[in-house]
Amino acid sequence: MLLLNCPWCGPRDETEYHYGGQAHVPYPEEPSTLTDEEWAEYLFFRDNPCGPFAERWVHSAGCRRWFNVVRDTRTYQVLAVYTHSDPRPAVGFGAQAGGPR
Amino acid sequence: MDDLTLQRRSPLADLADRMRDGAVTGSRHVRLAELPFWTMISVRVDPGSPAAAAVEGVLGADLPRWCGQVTAHGLDHVLWLGPDEWLIVSEVAPSDLHGALTDAVGEAHAAVVDVSANRTLLELSGPGARSVLEKGCPVDLHPRAFEVGRAVSTTLARVPLLLCQTGPDTYCLLPRSSFAQYVACWLLDAMQELGSDFQDGSAS
Ligand SMILES: [Zn+2]
Repeated sequence: MLLLNCPWCGPRDETEYHYGGQAHVPYPEEPSTLTDEEWAEYLFFRDNPCGPFAERWVHSAGCRRWFNVVRDTRTYQVLAVYTHSDPRPAVGFGAQAGGPR
Repeated sequence: MDDLTLQRRSPLADLADRMRDGAVTGSRHVRLAELPFWTMISVRVDPGSPAAAAVEGVLGADLPRWCGQVTAHGLDHVLWLGPDEWLIVSEVAPSDLHGALTDAVGEAHAAVVDVSANRTLLELSGPGARSVLEKGCPVDLHPRAFEVGRAVSTTLARVPLLLCQTGPDTYCLLPRSSFAQYVACWLLDAMQELGSDFQDGSAS
């Protein structure tokens, strides 16, 4: 069981949250100009790193707000929690081969 | 026109007898009761805006600014639901309070909605109350972490509800009306064992 620290409510059990996949996937500027392949890339293709991963969570049983978490996919260790208005923290990424993505 | 409030039927009307009979006696006594028909108004507004100040003016109380905080004035209690979302639980008639609040916010970017039928209120009270809730609530209710006057949105027995501590041994639970029967039956079942004289010695 993960214990996630909601930016507004504090530490709550994982069962109060829902997972929202990879964070920082921007909506295309001009969706109508995308090829089918580019659209499919945007809709369906996500990173699958072995290590720190920035992902979205929503506190669905609490304040119902979305926020971002950097979680190490190997250890499930939560490295950072931040809101949409915060920049992505450098925590964890710099130590990886290739650096931040 | 007839007073329609006379025809109201609470979500747990059918369980009133079972809740009364389910009261547990003894050293860890605990009882469950429904306190139906509270006025509940949902408010969404930017907390720093003039509209928020107008709402606070009507209520005579500040909108809570952090998770768990409850403010109160007169017949109104204001619960924090999110950074821009609150629930007013009140004894004022729904149309009166809703009307006063919508007049106060005017055309501002805000939402004031009468959600009185959305939830009902269950009161669980007695020295055994915390033990009952701890069987199915992920929030730490120990006095070191929770206290009288706090209210949080969480889950009990896997369903979402609002939980408030209103006295040293008294908690109010506000489940959605459609979940109320499940929550009440779950609580009645969880209460049963406290009637036993057995003490496990680890109670804190
Ligand atoms: Zn939260």
